Amino acid sequence: MSTIRTEPVTINLGPQHPSTHGVFRLRVTFDGEEIIDVEPVFGYLHRGTEKLAESRNYVQIVTLTDRMDYVASMSNNLAYVRTVEKLAGIDVPERAQYIRVISVELQRIASHLMATGFLLNDLGALATPLVYCFRERERILDLFEMLCGARITLSYMRPGGVFQDAPDDFWNSLNTLISDFPNYLDELESLITTNEIVLARTIGVGLLSDTQAVDSGVTGPVLRAASVKWDLRKANPYEVYDRVKFDVPIGNSGDTYDRYYVRLQEMRESIKIISQCIEQIEPGPVRTETPYFIRPPAGETYSSVEGPKGELGFYMVSDGGISPYRCKVRAPSFINLTPLKDMLTGWKMGDLIIILGSIDIVLGEVDR
Amino acid sequence: MMASTPAFFISFHSLKVLFADLIELVGFGESFGWASGLLAAMSISFLIINVMVMATAFYTWFERRMIGRFQVRRGPNRNGPFGILQPFADVLKLIMKEDTIPDAADKPVFTLAPIALLAPTLMIMIVIPFGTYASDQALLSNLNIGILFIVGVTSVNSIAIFMAGWGSRNKYAILGSMRGAAMLISYEIPMALGITSVLLLSGSLAMTQIVESQSIWFILVMPMGFFVFMAASTAEMSRTPFDQIEAESELGSGYNTEYSGIKFAVLFLAEFMAPIVTAAVVTTLFLGGSQGFEFLPGGIWFAIKMFVLIFLLLWVRSTWPRLRIDQIMGFAWKVLFGLGLFNIFLVAIETGLAERFEQVIKITDASGEVVSTSITTDYMLIMAAVNWIVTIIAFVILANFVGKKKYHRPEPTASPLANMGAGGD
Repeated sequence: MSTIRTEPVTINLGPQHPSTHGVFRLRVTFDGEEIIDVEPVFGYLHRGTEKLAESRNYVQIVTLTDRMDYVASMSNNLAYVRTVEKLAGIDVPERAQYIRVISVELQRIASHLMATGFLLNDLGALATPLVYCFRERERILDLFEMLCGARITLSYMRPGGVFQDAPDDFWNSLNTLISDFPNYLDELESLITTNEIVLARTIGVGLLSDTQAVDSGVTGPVLRAASVKWDLRKANPYEVYDRVKFDVPIGNSGDTYDRYYVRLQEMRESIKIISQCIEQIEPGPVRTETPYFIRPPAGETYSSVEGPKGELGFYMVSDGGISPYRCKVRAPSFINLTPLKDMLTGWKMGDLIIILGSIDIVLGEVDR
Repeated sequence: MMASTPAFFISFHSLKVLFADLIELVGFGESFGWASGLLAAMSISFLIINVMVMATAFYTWFERRMIGRFQVRRGPNRNGPFGILQPFADVLKLIMKEDTIPDAADKPVFTLAPIALLAPTLMIMIVIPFGTYASDQALLSNLNIGILFIVGVTSVNSIAIFMAGWGSRNKYAILGSMRGAAMLISYEIPMALGITSVLLLSGSLAMTQIVESQSIWFILVMPMGFFVFMAASTAEMSRTPFDQIEAESELGSGYNTEYSGIKFAVLFLAEFMAPIVTAAVVTTLFLGGSQGFEFLPGGIWFAIKMFVLIFLLLWVRSTWPRLRIDQIMGFAWKVLFGLGLFNIFLVAIETGLAERFEQVIKITDASGEVVSTSITTDYMLIMAAVNWIVTIIAFVILANFVGKKKYHRPEPTASPLANMGAGGD
């Protein structure tokens, strides 16, 4: 009698795979459908952003930051300009700070919409929820177009403020959006949050415990889903975040469902922040006069903001010249991939896709 | 019951007579008499293939347009009015593409797989009775084991998908076809159970008899059987929420990853034909086939019912996420298998009682032999009432035992690791 022999199979998931959210490559070893080993391979979208920054002046680098996390350019801009302001000691007018917070929170909603939509797409829902998320995201992109003329690569912020004040139309459209948006979120929740199949697929899948999350340096919604209440907007308030009231939603167990649900609640909190900002904002200048060639004193600094995907930080070294001596980016997407192997091992092929989707990576940021 | 109206639709027999007359007329009657049957069969095959391919072409257009509407977009609308010529543009493109075969592929298997997938799908249409009540009006043949033929032919599907996956020598394709083999074989059982309950009620394997015996549509008499059959056949054609075989977001596109050009077109033809064929079978088994009101011919009623079912399948496809492979297998064996058996048990008792209370109509042929049996309308109404109650109770119990209870998200407690600094709340 012959015996049946089985052996593990190694599959290259990506870089040209529909569900790796870009050109991410995973070498996965399967035992049947079960994952026994994962080896992520990065670098297919490496464009040398950090090196390029060394040969550009401080204003030009803003455009480079747009292209890192290309679904959340505003947050990248903010993280960068804040570091430059800290390095060069530039003050920012109050109105500019409010506009910055409004635009960054809008960007957070847009980014979370993408994350939620693509998570549902990875669950196999044939793009229908994705398109509904995109419909709302379009409205936010329209607002950005009013602000600065661009929709994706915004370059709206400058060291010292924002490059122009928001037009009058913007405020009307913004008011309509924030009054509509909670209803839209309710609709999305009624479709997804209680869907039996979504629950069966996501609850308890891809667990990341709080110790694991903290040990591996994970930040953002992935960390908060693991019940760790850590948010830079509260822990180290920047801009005007100390003047607005909002909650930091957290999850229970750190499974895929929690990561989805935390993002959904964060969108609601962002709406709260925006509406408070609209009430508090007052007319005034939106940009401090700075020379085109900013020459910060020699020194180094690190500054970070709470981006949609986690702590987005810039470490910059200045030698007193017109361009930085070194510009290092702490990219949340990249660092959130650290516990990937622990999260994936033991789960099935279908779970791999949704766990990766729930971490919400953007390859432009992972590879830079 | 057996109305002897002349065949309204083209049937095998009428064509055979026609060709026999023609051969007689030409003067080859002596030596080529056998050819009349062959010619009739060939013309009907020609008809079926062309009608089905055209129907599928328009179905793809319809599906894409409808899914476009579901997804707040327009869908294809460039080629022809409302984009109706889109399928032809697609086919033209696919034909002109290079037909690549991977070096490592098992070439005969790789080439045969699309045909092996398409042929059974087409063959099912042979036994579907589109016409009105007279039993001679099945398209090619009024096979007396029609439903058995369908069960037999559909099981070729799993072999074809495995051929495609194995032949292309691609890891994704093999993974997809492995899933396919496991899933399709599992779901054949609940599907057969659903069919068995229909047979118990109709007392015949012939599709035309099944239609005739539905004085009340079987969907009303046994909703549980309908549910089991619909779920199983959705899985059989591997559409959402059971589309593990392709699973675009996981496997690229599963078993058809390596296919291109016309082979890919044929694979997709088979895939998009499946909902049409399934709708036709379900219409025959559960929705009373071509029965309907007088003012429209039976064929039109059949088409309307098919259309409703196709739309239902499309609706499910465009909205639901996909289950995981182990959950799909669990659903087949824990839920559908149990429900199917329970339904058979229920219907068997009820038909047994029908015999006892003499509510059975025996249908005899000319020589007085019993061809099939069916149940009186009054008794079927009682059955319907009982079955609906039992079905609802069964579903509620099952949902509470097997399904997840309504998810109450527990109030999260912050981890002690959290140490929000100075500005904390």
